[in-house]
Amino acid sequence: MVIFGIDLVLLISALMISATPVLLAAIGEAVVEKSGVLNLGVEGMMITGAVIGFIFAVNTQTPIYGFICAAIAGALLSVMFAVLTQYIMSNQVATGLGLTMVGLGLSALIGKPYEGIKSPTLSKIEIPILSDIPVLGPMIFSHDAIVYFSVILVATVAFVISKTRIGLVLRAVGENQEAAHALGYKVVRIRFLAIMFGGATAGIGGAYISLARVPQWTEGMTAGAGWIALALVVFASWKPWRVLLGAYLFGGITVLQLNLQAIGVAIPVEILSMSPYLVTIVVLVGISLFGHHTAPGSLARPFHASQ
Amino acid sequence: MIQLEKRRNISKFWTTLTPVIAVFLTMSFGGLMFGLLLGDFSSAFGAIKLIFWDPLFDENFAPYARPQLLVKAGPIILIAIGLSIGFKAGIWNIGAEGQYILGAIFGASIALSLYPQESILIFPAMILAGALGGFIWALIPALLKVYFKTNEILVSLMLVYVAENILASVSQGLLRNPEGMGLPGSRNLKDYPSAHNSEIIPNSGMHWGVLTAFLAVILAYFLFLKHQKGYEIRLAGEAPKAAYFAGINPSKTIIFCMGMSGLLAGMAGLFEVAGPAGQITMSFNSGYGFTAIIVAFLGRLNPLGILLAGLLMALTYIGGEIAQLMLGLPGASIQLLQGMLLFFLLATDIFTNYRFKSRSS
Repeated sequence: MVIFGIDLVLLISALMISATPVLLAAIGEAVVEKSGVLNLGVEGMMITGAVIGFIFAVNTQTPIYGFICAAIAGALLSVMFAVLTQYIMSNQVATGLGLTMVGLGLSALIGKPYEGIKSPTLSKIEIPILSDIPVLGPMIFSHDAIVYFSVILVATVAFVISKTRIGLVLRAVGENQEAAHALGYKVVRIRFLAIMFGGATAGIGGAYISLARVPQWTEGMTAGAGWIALALVVFASWKPWRVLLGAYLFGGITVLQLNLQAIGVAIPVEILSMSPYLVTIVVLVGISLFGHHTAPGSLARPFHASQ
Repeated sequence: MIQLEKRRNISKFWTTLTPVIAVFLTMSFGGLMFGLLLGDFSSAFGAIKLIFWDPLFDENFAPYARPQLLVKAGPIILIAIGLSIGFKAGIWNIGAEGQYILGAIFGASIALSLYPQESILIFPAMILAGALGGFIWALIPALLKVYFKTNEILVSLMLVYVAENILASVSQGLLRNPEGMGLPGSRNLKDYPSAHNSEIIPNSGMHWGVLTAFLAVILAYFLFLKHQKGYEIRLAGEAPKAAYFAGINPSKTIIFCMGMSGLLAGMAGLFEVAGPAGQITMSFNSGYGFTAIIVAFLGRLNPLGILLAGLLMALTYIGGEIAQLMLGLPGASIQLLQGMLLFFLLATDIFTNYRFKSRSS
């Protein structure tokens, strides 16, 4: 299926790959924000995941170890944020920004010797039977493990948040921290774990950029993906399936503009490369216009049991 | 058992002391990090001395480094003063980098379109255009917040990436030097006397942007201490409901705060491009817009504090360059050092907001 010189099968398949990093980071951040915490350090955790994942994948020649180490690195970095905001009661906006700066500096520092090396890539997993379906098969059922993992993760998060007790407690803590505390839930501990979960998924998302999408390490290669993940959470009104929708829409725009650049459309390259950011702004405005304001009630409010 | 208790009023004593503690912690941990990087802990102290002391007092480095201190501190302080106005009101403009870029493009366009005419009016017109460029770029998130309640953090940040693309476009197209043999980058404004942001006192580093930064510090000081508007901004940040019922229009506060910070960032961009940088290139901006966020916090959103914090941050830039040259320390380690500084400051903040109380169980 070729439309205007663009192969639709390749487009959709590339869109899923392109969307996976922001999807992973955004689904983690959605959980963090559901617990009432705003972590603006997503970009820093992603880039750290990207560099750590790359280093371990290159040295072990096994991409999956890279992803595991990236998750651990992202989670460890997020622990710094968690300790500062949950126990030392620092301002969440400032701490998140600090986390991003530390992540960018740290990754540039430790990634220096790895510039210009190629990483081992993930192999595709063709899902039996389903991948044989014409058109749909190569579009959706012929990807690497992390793409499937990200979709399964969204489904799991959606289920846990809406259907289980853990999800109920998480939402209670995020909606009304005082009430949750009065009921005996450990607000700080629950948030701490949510923040670590967000760190781990952001780390995996970052590693997917350096190990699958590019696959190479360059300084600052996440190029704002973490910030777009933050915007996606707002776009999705904190709902997991809408995070998936938003990420794929965003991935679609990214891939489309790259395709348009490649076939040499008469639109300046800079306009095409700024389009994902512009679209994000337009969508944010649209959401604030028409969307329901469903931000968790205690979002970004500090909590201390003495208050 | 030690317990935390929230202070009724934040402690003035700790507010002043914690930045100093944070700097010392950064030096200690930074030294440790450099020791690790160099594989030699005995040189760690030397590295810290090279960054924080030698640029000012070593006879080999000081003649070059002291003027550079003002050159680097000027734009950072100017931007940070603007940001502090918004941060006080709880309005988070984190896209100063974009406003800085737009200010530079607007200001430089005036000069480049008038080249090679000479007039005393050109430089003032450039300053106005720079301020306007930054102001317009900051007005976008401000108006979106006022009319649609769109999150200003995300919008202002997204606009940084848009601004970077505009910068790439104009430095290769619209503003490219016609005599530059096809290379990207505009004419060098240093070779255009009417447009050059020259040093007011030769070899001091003191150019018009530095002077403006000092002026901004003084004006901000009076704004917050003596002026009704400053009080309204503080009230809007500390007690939004009280401010609302006192008849302070939140929309006006948002537009004022965002507009002012954009205006100052835009001016900083113009002074940089017409002075130290000289020309519009794809990478003339050096991340000052982001560093200024650290400076605003480190200076406690207090104009005098920001002045000191800006000078300190400029010192880490220059010291970092020297350390890069002398010890081969990677440039990114300085970025990490600056991030660490912000983290330690936030960590020590607990002393200003809480008191420790021992309680017998």
